[in-house]
Amino acid sequence: MPNAEDLKRRIEAAIPGSRAEVDTQDDVHFTAHVVSDAFAGLSRIEQHRLVYGAFAGELGGEIHALSLRTETP
Amino acid sequence: MSEQTANPIRDAIAQAIGEHDVILFMKGTPEAPACGFSARTVAALQSVGASFSAVDVLPDPRIRQELSAISNWPTIPQLFVGGELVGGCDIVSEMYESGELAQALGVEAPADAPAQAPGAPDPDGPYVSPPMGIENRLG
Repeated sequence: MPNAEDLKRRIEAAIPGSRAEVDTQDDVHFTAHVVSDAFAGLSRIEQHRLVYGAFAGELGGEIHALSLRTETP
Repeated sequence: MSEQTANPIRDAIAQAIGEHDVILFMKGTPEAPACGFSARTVAALQSVGASFSAVDVLPDPRIRQELSAISNWPTIPQLFVGGELVGGCDIVSEMYESGELAQALGVEAPADAPAQAPGAPDPDGPYVSPPMGIENRLG
């Protein structure tokens, strides 16, 4: 069972130098705010794909939903 | 890697994306969304007065699988404009709030009132009935 701390660690590991804040009410639906230099110059789609990349195959499964907000510092 | 045999579902999805200027793949229908994220995305589109086609991914799990394979996007809903993926609920909501959504859809967004799509006087919204059921094309 994923938890918010687990998601935070995995996002920050997948995008070096990023800072992630992850919240959840039920350990199934998550909300993440991710700040990283890596997003510079990328479209929103590409920014979100970077984060989704940390959870290949799990989104829609164990992680039912991950609501994302991404930005550069 | 992927097999080279005919893939009618993927072909039907790709064709639908190509044929419809604004198309939303969602859970449920615009009248009866089956997921809060799909509902929010429909609401954003309707708020800017956009006409759009919709495909329900729920009738067959393969629709979602093939859609995600085409779009390289893991979640539902997915909005395509002009054949390109715009995003899911988060991105569409952000674009709605910033005014970019109306711009991307080529509709006027009045600053102080809900938009009405040109030529769509129906106060219930300009939603256009889904032209297709991907699931109906499965042999």
